[in-house]
Amino acid sequence: MEHYLSLATKAIFVENMALAFFLGMCSFLAVSKKVETALGLGVAVTLVLAVTTPLNQLLTESLLKPGSLAWAGLPDLDLSFLSFLTLIGTIAAAVQIVEMTLDRYAPALYNALGVFLPLIAVNCAILGTSLFMVERDYDFAEATVFGLGSGIGWAIAIVALAAVREKLKYSNVPEPLRGLGVTFIVVGLMSVGFMAFSGIQL
Amino acid sequence: MATKTREVVLDPLFNNNPIALQVLGICSALAVTTKMETALVMAVAVTAVTAFSNAAVSAIRNYIPASIRIIVQLTIIASLVIVTDQILRAYLYDVSKQLSVFVGLIITNCIVMGRAEAFAMQNPVRISFLDGVGNGLGYGLILIVVAFVRELFGSGKIYGVTVLTPVTEGGWYIPNGLMVLAPAAFFLIGCFIWAVRSWKTEQVEEEFHVGALLEPGHEGHIR
Repeated sequence: MEHYLSLATKAIFVENMALAFFLGMCSFLAVSKKVETALGLGVAVTLVLAVTTPLNQLLTESLLKPGSLAWAGLPDLDLSFLSFLTLIGTIAAAVQIVEMTLDRYAPALYNALGVFLPLIAVNCAILGTSLFMVERDYDFAEATVFGLGSGIGWAIAIVALAAVREKLKYSNVPEPLRGLGVTFIVVGLMSVGFMAFSGIQL
Repeated sequence: MATKTREVVLDPLFNNNPIALQVLGICSALAVTTKMETALVMAVAVTAVTAFSNAAVSAIRNYIPASIRIIVQLTIIASLVIVTDQILRAYLYDVSKQLSVFVGLIITNCIVMGRAEAFAMQNPVRISFLDGVGNGLGYGLILIVVAFVRELFGSGKIYGVTVLTPVTEGGWYIPNGLMVLAPAAFFLIGCFIWAVRSWKTEQVEEEFHVGALLEPGHEGHIR
């Protein structure tokens, strides 16, 4: 249990996807103007990450790893070079399925997230989490915790940035720095803040 | 024709830089800018992938049904990234180890997708290829500038060669530890954008414009 708790803390705070690895930056910057929309996207990303990371773990484990096709009489086969294609395919399909499921069973949430869901397929944070999962060789339970933790961390970061930017509207920023420039500086400062968590071990 | 070719290649460097103005493709790459070597390899890899995916998408643009074009583009890009990754592992193993997951993340680099969608779908092969080269270079330019500053001040080196001898090795330079950490990349990009926009004042934005991508009716609207 402690192991999973430690993994989750690490994924949420210490190795925050957005602030330590720069992942998911495009939507991180584009959709962080209002807290409400930022929260919607954060929830959607967490949801998709919680589904795709374990799913990709299963696929990698049972189809792509060297020797994993031994049951089919192909013990020497190593398909790991196909992993990029498999991961992104799974993500695109999972996003579609999550979208349809939400549409059917949680229409309120679907309408709130609507436009963000298709965008998530090309969010680097999703693919990044799966790639880290493959590289670090997590098992199924670890992958689930890691996926969920990364999503929560990303959501916290984007909501916090949106809150800062809502206040930033009232300040007089130098003209060439307006918009994107100052956002980068703010994200940098947030990243400094999150570095306070580094070294924390549970 | 010659001027148009030049425009397509050079425009993305300063006038229409994919990172500074279009805010694309920052996702996967900032983590690789602590050293110039990795940044250079990354820049070359992204340029190659963008150029060839643009050419490939453009070559089959009239045969792709609109409803599945995203998945077709993704497949083309993912295949090219696999090839790039295998080449890096074969010839530049150490660098590919340092780049770790970030080579794979070229797939979701918004520049590659964005150019395929916005340029290659409407233009012939040759010019699309050049557009890919130009945008790759515009991206590489920022990557290398950021990496230059971070490596010089973070560890006193330029491309692995010691220029400012650090105190630990008997020199006088005290390395700036912040430079090799994540926040420095954000600060540097912010300052780079500030510099470019002070120079080219027409790029100054009153309202942050990327959000427009999400509004229905925008032509780049992702469905």
